[in-house]
Amino acid sequence: MTTRRHFMGQSAVAASALAFPLVGGAQPKPIKVGVLHPVTGALAYSGQQCRMGALMAIEDINKAGGIKSLGGAKIEAMLGDAQSSPQAGTAEIEKMNEAGVSAVVGAFASAICLATTQAAAKYNLPHVVDVGVADQIVERGLKNTFRFGPGYKKCAEVAVASLHALNTAAGKPARTVMIVHEESLFGTGTANLLAKELPGYGYEVKEIIKHANPTRDFNNIALRIKQVNPDILIPANYYNEYALLVRTLQQQKITPKAIYSVLGGAASSYKFVKEFPEAANGIIDCNHWFNPKDKRSAELKKRVEAQGQFFSYEVFMTYTAMMLLADAIERAKSPDRAAIIDALASSKFQNHIMPYGPTQFVNGQNMGAQPLMTQVHKGDIKVIVPRDYREIEPIFPLKA
Amino acid sequence: MLDLNILFPSVLNGITTGAVYALIALGLTLIYGVLHIINFAHGAALMVALYGVYMLKEKLGIDPYMALPIMVPAMFVLGYALQRGVINRASHGKDENILLVTLGVSIVLENLALLFFKSDTRSIETAYTLTTVEIGPAFIALPKLVSFAGALVVSVVMLLIVQKTDLGRAIRAVSKEKQGARLMGIDVDHVYAMCFGLGLASLGAAACFLMPAYYVNPQVGNGFVLVAFTIVVLGGMGSFAGALLGGLLIGVVESLGGLILGESLGQVGIFVIFIAVLMLRPQGFFGAKA
Repeated sequence: MTTRRHFMGQSAVAASALAFPLVGGAQPKPIKVGVLHPVTGALAYSGQQCRMGALMAIEDINKAGGIKSLGGAKIEAMLGDAQSSPQAGTAEIEKMNEAGVSAVVGAFASAICLATTQAAAKYNLPHVVDVGVADQIVERGLKNTFRFGPGYKKCAEVAVASLHALNTAAGKPARTVMIVHEESLFGTGTANLLAKELPGYGYEVKEIIKHANPTRDFNNIALRIKQVNPDILIPANYYNEYALLVRTLQQQKITPKAIYSVLGGAASSYKFVKEFPEAANGIIDCNHWFNPKDKRSAELKKRVEAQGQFFSYEVFMTYTAMMLLADAIERAKSPDRAAIIDALASSKFQNHIMPYGPTQFVNGQNMGAQPLMTQVHKGDIKVIVPRDYREIEPIFPLKA
Repeated sequence: MLDLNILFPSVLNGITTGAVYALIALGLTLIYGVLHIINFAHGAALMVALYGVYMLKEKLGIDPYMALPIMVPAMFVLGYALQRGVINRASHGKDENILLVTLGVSIVLENLALLFFKSDTRSIETAYTLTTVEIGPAFIALPKLVSFAGALVVSVVMLLIVQKTDLGRAIRAVSKEKQGARLMGIDVDHVYAMCFGLGLASLGAAACFLMPAYYVNPQVGNGFVLVAFTIVVLGGMGSFAGALLGGLLIGVVESLGGLILGESLGQVGIFVIFIAVLMLRPQGFFGAKA
């Protein structure tokens, strides 16, 4: 409720903020940072979640006194919309370069990041990739590109190793696997990596089914799953199709020993758990996840939920990416692009909420990054693997 | 590899999915077939109806099926107002203008939805969302069976309206000979708007049947509208029986295609049939020869 006192207080703050540059004169110049995401088009939901994470990080940095080595300079966001396409993303980079940004944080989707990092490289503009899991992003020798989170090769490796650990601990009840994936770079790439990785641990990949986006009906796929009857079902698709698939499985009364998603699924989506509590129960994911033992992650989650939004991985990944950049600017002691690139390359950033090992960038990839294994349990999401971050004992297999 | 235990559920599933396609195509065939208006806003209107059902359930707790008596009249009014207030005025009676105006309306509607609802996907949970009925070796979701029955009822009602009422006679007269109808004292603008209203009203019904088993986001209509256009051409423009049969056929073809050719190729069958119909029987199954 807005009281008179509250209003007066706010007005006073606003007035002093407006008046200060005039009176003070010595206020350090703000540092412009590009915040580039697909906030419209097919990826709009994820893009908007990313943007929220970035803006919350900037709010926190500025509230804590800005960049101290630059006299408390504030970070100023220049927002960009990649419109869910690489071309539009590239155009935004051109604009941001013209506007003189010191660095860019973005751009969620792999395909967009591939384009924007390359465009930024032309201007030696530092580009922190917030999500973009395709490994090609950091494999092209671009000096300006840094990714704090894990790529999909790392995720697939950890996913299979974790699954194997889980299965071994349970007495190896699962032996066969079926993969259902969407047909773009993300789903196909993940499916291929898993299909290559799984036989090495003694699992038989019975069938790989590809589907379009959108797929309006999953009954056929469900029937195939029923026929093949795999022990473990691995979906690699986006939210809408994933939700329809899991609901259809329930309707057709198909219950594999585990439903296990890599990079996206019910066990890394509070939204799904809230909307389909019954269908979500017991589902396991291997995905980007925050450190559940760090108090700050719980606080951030609360703040996001207070805005009526879900604490999705996009939010904390981009939040952390912005924090990484701020840490680099602090050590660079300069808004200069080359200096920031050097500072990022030598970053030992550790004041963050991610469950990563020591930060060390090799060719722009943070070697400490890793995904976690989570499971839906009683309407909440809990970490089950690795042990250091475990919140509950895993429930596997779901049915005997 | 394809035993009956898989084939039979797949065909059943195709028929029930096809019934929903038919419901959406019914409205389109009325607008497209009878009035020769290419309504690009049909998908966006479906999206609006789905959001309507969603809001009624989430805000007022009204069950999607109980929302029928609200959504059908509401969509009718929206359709009437859109045609009379926007499309008719902005198009000045030219067909190419109508096309662009409906495209514009769809863009406006989609972006309004984006503004109000953001782009996240929403769905509703009802007591029967996950209920299935066992028919032989097949489990069919209850909402799909209901929508199948609903599609039959709605097409019969539409047929009765067009065949037996004064409004229906006026619609048929306008579609055959606009000028003549006007000379006979028929208010052509009113008939156009009524027709558009009826088309959108059937979308209102479709949304009520679809929502318990599906989801809504601002782009949701696009996935259906291309299929609906195909069905309208397939069944014969303006033919309700054709739309119903075409819808069911497309549903089965899509389902079996997905089963045999793999899910991402499933829709190829739809468009092969589409091209074949255009080549061999351009007037569609039930269309009159031009």
